[in-house]
Amino acid sequence: MNRPALAAVVTAVIVALGVAACSSSKKAASSTSSQVAGTVVVFAASSLKATFTALATNFEQANPGVKVVPSYGGSDTLAAQITQGAPVDVFAAASTATMGTVTKAGDGVGTPQVFAKNELEIAVSPSNPDHIGGLADVTKSGVKLALCAATVPCGAAATKAFAAAKLTPHPVTLEQDVASVLTKVELGEVDAGIVYQTDVKSAGGKVLGVNFAEAASAINSYPIVVVKTGKNPTAAQAFVNYVESQAGQQILQTAGFEQP
Amino acid sequence: MRADPRARVPYALFVPAGIGVAFLILPIAGLLIRAPWHQLPSLIGSPAVRTALRLSLETATAATAIAIVFGVPIAWVLARLEFRGRSLLRAFVTLPLVLPPVAGGIALLLAYGRRGVVGSEVLKVFGVSLPFTTAAVIVAETFVAMPFLIVSVEGSLRGVDVRYDHAAATLGASRMFTFVHVTLPMLGPGIAAGAMLCWARALGEFGATITFAGSYPGTTQTMPLQVYLALQDNPDAAIALSLVLLVVSVAILAGLRDRWLRA
Repeated sequence: MNRPALAAVVTAVIVALGVAACSSSKKAASSTSSQVAGTVVVFAASSLKATFTALATNFEQANPGVKVVPSYGGSDTLAAQITQGAPVDVFAAASTATMGTVTKAGDGVGTPQVFAKNELEIAVSPSNPDHIGGLADVTKSGVKLALCAATVPCGAAATKAFAAAKLTPHPVTLEQDVASVLTKVELGEVDAGIVYQTDVKSAGGKVLGVNFAEAASAINSYPIVVVKTGKNPTAAQAFVNYVESQAGQQILQTAGFEQP
Repeated sequence: MRADPRARVPYALFVPAGIGVAFLILPIAGLLIRAPWHQLPSLIGSPAVRTALRLSLETATAATAIAIVFGVPIAWVLARLEFRGRSLLRAFVTLPLVLPPVAGGIALLLAYGRRGVVGSEVLKVFGVSLPFTTAAVIVAETFVAMPFLIVSVEGSLRGVDVRYDHAAATLGASRMFTFVHVTLPMLGPGIAAGAMLCWARALGEFGATITFAGSYPGTTQTMPLQVYLALQDNPDAAIALSLVLLVVSVAILAGLRDRWLRA
């Protein structure tokens, strides 16, 4: 195929895709008035990935015609995208402070509701070679510790827990999200990492979770809200209701979340 | 630069070229327009930023030096030797160009990490492990940036007439003498261009660094990592930090270009 012909084909494909996208979005918008339908864009914190994927699937099955499009990331990154005008229907954050930046910017509909709570745990290798039994053990020299950076919720919570225990941690790394901390523990590059108990559960047998008393002073709340920039407020509210319903709570608790 | 009078200008090219230039420049313009300029002096002066900036400049320079030492010989092999599997070798050494940097970081952990294929043996014998050290930052940056140097130098080598090498050989020069005194001097501009590209890529490296080396102020937290972390709680600071990195890298690259490449 010569160059001009190729260019023509590429242009044709782009135009066709554009037309298809326009027509499908129009269809979605027109049918929302009567019942729950169309696309719901959900932004959720990284730590909610497994549960929200399950919640989305169940919600879609219960409401034929609805498509949930979830997107996961650090709560603060997602919040920044929403305040920059990203078209999002539902936002579920890993901290009330982060949710505050969205509601303060006037992007939330109503008051955010806390739908789950999560507690910190120490993640170590399944055999626990360093015999870590509490928060004091991870501050020992020779124990490589990974934490979240203090700017992300898991890091802020860890800072609070260490302060409550009057301990000074000496981490080798401050990761940008909780998933990265867990990965470093799973790969054995660090001896211990402070993560949420839901992360330990999601890792299956690849890491062992160690509870510690000070976690009680740094419990994380997960608020959820319908976002103004969204195109599908009816379905968005229905999804939020589903997360807060008994069926939704059941899925969250199976994953290790606590009831609000 | 003056237009060659014999060149027939295909005016239609100006349209996509103009759109392309605008596309590349507008984000930088956005950064400049939205930058909190009044914050800039205090940011550059802050110890945290100075530490990260110095770490970035040092590691990028070290990575470039390593890339030159190992990359130029690789480029020579790829350009001058005919052998089976040459295109396969080229594909392998340029793989980091297409590999997502985060995947590159995981690959580095699996090879040179504490439990890695090579890293676990090194830990056993020497008692050292690479991740979370400044050396790991240099390794990550070299991994991602060296292919840029290899591709660039290989291209220049193909442009250098191999008959000069032959002439040196007929005059009795050894192979190494020919490489050092004939091939290398003619390659100078090619290596300089490749090194700049490599340095610039190393300076902006994020994914492989944060995955393989982690992020800790003073040892592994380079400017791009600090920009990303700042974005989490203070977008204004992130913009300002990006600007610092941009200004410093443009200044250094422009300075070197004037000295090395009289283009």
